[in-house]
Amino acid sequence: MSATRNEPPVDIDLAKAQGLAEDEYGQICDILGRVPTYTELGITSALWSEHCSYKSSKVYLREFPTEGEHVLQGPGENAGIVDIGDGWVAVFKMESHNHPSFIEPYQGAATGVGGILRDIFTMGARPVACLDALRFGDIDAPRMRYLIDGVVRGIGDYGNCVGIPTVGGETSFHSGYNENILVNAFALGLARRDRIFHARASGAGNPMLYAGSATGRDGIHGATMASEAFGSESESKRPTVQVGDPFAEKIVLEACLEVMRTDAAVAVQDMGAAGLTSSAFEMADRGGVGFRLNLDRVPLREPNLSPYEIMLSESQERMLLVAHRGRQEEVVKIFERWGLEVAEIGEITSDGRAQILAGGEEVASMPISPLAANAPMYRRPVAVPSDLAARQEPPEVPEPSDPGTVLERLLDTPELGCKSWIWRQYDHTVRTNTVIGPGGDAAVLVLKGSTGGLGLTSDVNPVYCSLDPATGGAQAVAEAVRNLACVGAKPVGLTDCLNFGNPENPEVSWQFREAVRGISAGCRAFDVPVISGNVSFYNETEGRSIPPTPTIAMVGVIADVRNLPAAHFTAVGDRVLLLGQDANEFGGSAYLRLLYGVEQGAPPKVDLEAESRLAGLLRFLVSDERIHTAHDLAEGGLGIALAEACVGGGLGVDLEIDCQPHQLFSETQARAIVAVAPNTAEQVMAEAEKRDVPVVDVGAVGGTALKLRCDGAVVNSEVEELHRIWSTALPRALEM
Amino acid sequence: MKCGVVVFPGSNCDHDVYHVLKHSLGQDVHFLWHGDSSVRDCELVVLPGGFSYGDYLRAGAMAVHSPIMAAVRQLADNGGRVLGVCNGFQILLEAGMLGGAMRRNQSLRFECRDAFLRVERSDLPFTSGYRSGQVLRMPIAHAEGCYIDTEEALDKLEHNGRVVFRYVDSEGGAAEGEQAAKWNVNGSARAIAGVCNEAGNVLGMMPHPERCADKLFGNDDGLAVLASAVGVAADLEGVLA
Repeated sequence: MSATRNEPPVDIDLAKAQGLAEDEYGQICDILGRVPTYTELGITSALWSEHCSYKSSKVYLREFPTEGEHVLQGPGENAGIVDIGDGWVAVFKMESHNHPSFIEPYQGAATGVGGILRDIFTMGARPVACLDALRFGDIDAPRMRYLIDGVVRGIGDYGNCVGIPTVGGETSFHSGYNENILVNAFALGLARRDRIFHARASGAGNPMLYAGSATGRDGIHGATMASEAFGSESESKRPTVQVGDPFAEKIVLEACLEVMRTDAAVAVQDMGAAGLTSSAFEMADRGGVGFRLNLDRVPLREPNLSPYEIMLSESQERMLLVAHRGRQEEVVKIFERWGLEVAEIGEITSDGRAQILAGGEEVASMPISPLAANAPMYRRPVAVPSDLAARQEPPEVPEPSDPGTVLERLLDTPELGCKSWIWRQYDHTVRTNTVIGPGGDAAVLVLKGSTGGLGLTSDVNPVYCSLDPATGGAQAVAEAVRNLACVGAKPVGLTDCLNFGNPENPEVSWQFREAVRGISAGCRAFDVPVISGNVSFYNETEGRSIPPTPTIAMVGVIADVRNLPAAHFTAVGDRVLLLGQDANEFGGSAYLRLLYGVEQGAPPKVDLEAESRLAGLLRFLVSDERIHTAHDLAEGGLGIALAEACVGGGLGVDLEIDCQPHQLFSETQARAIVAVAPNTAEQVMAEAEKRDVPVVDVGAVGGTALKLRCDGAVVNSEVEELHRIWSTALPRALEM
Repeated sequence: MKCGVVVFPGSNCDHDVYHVLKHSLGQDVHFLWHGDSSVRDCELVVLPGGFSYGDYLRAGAMAVHSPIMAAVRQLADNGGRVLGVCNGFQILLEAGMLGGAMRRNQSLRFECRDAFLRVERSDLPFTSGYRSGQVLRMPIAHAEGCYIDTEEALDKLEHNGRVVFRYVDSEGGAAEGEQAAKWNVNGSARAIAGVCNEAGNVLGMMPHPERCADKLFGNDDGLAVLASAVGVAADLEGVLA
């Protein structure tokens, strides 16, 4: 080891400045038996960052059920894998890019998409669909229009260019995200079951190949940045955000898939968070081997990068491959045909150590498995939020004087208005698999060459989670199951993106623990395993944390996608059936929040058994092709669900509902509306009763107005006018 | 018919066109690499959508210099059929094979939605499966699809009957007035969605016929573009089965 480089001396203060705690610094000194070099300190700080090590979340994440009959790969790889039949597997994962997107929205969001796509194709799967779950602050908050515009353009420009359709997702607005927006990107890929690829290095002497874009100074210590809260100086962190090149991604994708078809490669991993460091260490650790890297051979975008910078750069669109010795030429040829640079930068060794050379000197020599095995793990102190009991006090629910006006006011909010301004900027039809695109309950893809398909959805209600994270976590799972059931999809697995504040705050740790408990309960009740996921902590600015936001993205299998119901009314004369029973629940409701600014009360109860019965019934009705329309009740309750079902197809309804007017906006769970041909209504109702799902025939589809009568009150709104309000609410609020 | 689908670095609708030609229409289809200098013995060559070379310069400006383009031009000169969709249309414009140019959409944003088109000519190899005046619903997905040229050139284009598809409202009426931006999705001059060359054997269009070529997606209005181009009979129901 030499100190000839112009590097700062390593001591406890430098370690702290890089985000390591005092005992973590002690630990790395113990593992090495000496003080680490500057490069080693950087490597350790990245590998042990919250972002890479999950040190504050690991103890709880173990609670998740991760196994099931369909699961081929659970958490721990680049992405999870489920068997979807006929020799095909679905590979999927969701990941956050919150911190970078707040600092630099366009590149932050774009590289979020790029990163998740690489996680999918490194497993040998061709990405076929994306979802994006976005949380923004109040539209009038500082920078918010700029952030929204930048994020949407960033996602669009990246995904559109690579040619992966964005088929769904969700967008919501809440002041709790004014200073920490959330960008959660999901991608799904398909592969043949016998062609799955693992990022597990093996074979001493096998060469390590670097392919893709050259390494620059962008994104250095991005993983560490994503593991800190923001202060007032977040703008100065702009240089830690990476810059995306979707064209490079597209050709890296094609070249990698071609390489993987040859069997010349042993392992492939992308350089994501913590760049070359995490890709090399993770691949070696999984395979129980060591490696020797020569940083002088790494393609650089600019001269004079230090070993520290090369190891920690998060330049995008870069891959690390291990090839079979003697077959690397085949790999090189493929990359070169696609116009990509390839360099042999090292080899696999058998001693289990990471040896890193630069300028003829050894700049790091570390044992790999002790570094991984001894990564810190914390059970942080938890505390029930001091104001929780007060916030859970039952709210007062004002009776609307005119429910029709209330309905129009709710549809006129960005929260409940149509989101097409966003998803029209995303290519959602490329690859020609999209049977149902954005805007419905769940997206549906066909599996070419068959009549089968997949349903995809992402869900969470952060207001519920803030009022009761366990109930909110379970509700997110239940809503995802319900949304999938509306398109007849049976869930096979989920991925999560757990977005929280600072885990060193005991109230945040409590929120996290509770949310995981709720999600786990949901997973067990529906028998849906967690197969991959991501935790994003430190979504906090100057001490203010975001509402707990455990986003759930779920995938289900559909036997036949040819005759699926729509989420809107399609045929005049159809009977409208209401499934489920209202319990007059307004805690955390859109009605109170959007009209009265009140976020109060316990969120709607989640009855997992009732949800299971409802989902089972919906799946049966869809597969039996008995229903024309299926739409779940969510934010805004029955009123909003009916309005959405009307505006989607431009058809009215005439209904008689047995409830008080305010109950039109109650958010009791386990409910949906379906529309059926008059001559099958009786059969469908009998089926519901047989399955113990409350059902009532509330009227018929037809006319040009949404007409309903309840307890003396009348709603009579022209669908055309509702459509105008709903479809323009978001662009009007954005002034774009 | 022997068909070729050109793969430029960054093409991303290549598989979609291939799928329709091969599996829906039963043709003999081959991918043609951008670096090749021959289209072999293909009678129809499709330049697919995507972002060739990332389109970081002008859309299509790099792809036009690929070796394969000389062969594509020669095929067109010899009367072979050339179809450019979306990025493929942009490449044909950059190659000077159709005249006119593309500007960013009037909205200055990427637009992905359904457009309505009127078939202005049904006597071309690409439109013989349609009726003249027929209204089609077809997806678009592009940021640079606003077709422009000088007024004089546009007049000549119209006069020579080279406007093949035009954006219209859902009833087939002109995309004009207050609602013009809703129907003329990118703000193209004279609502032009697709044009052909003088001989009628080269067609460029922004909407994606390959994305609406199967009833499964609730729309097979585009199938006849590809079916006509390969000379498959208009009985499309039979083709799909």
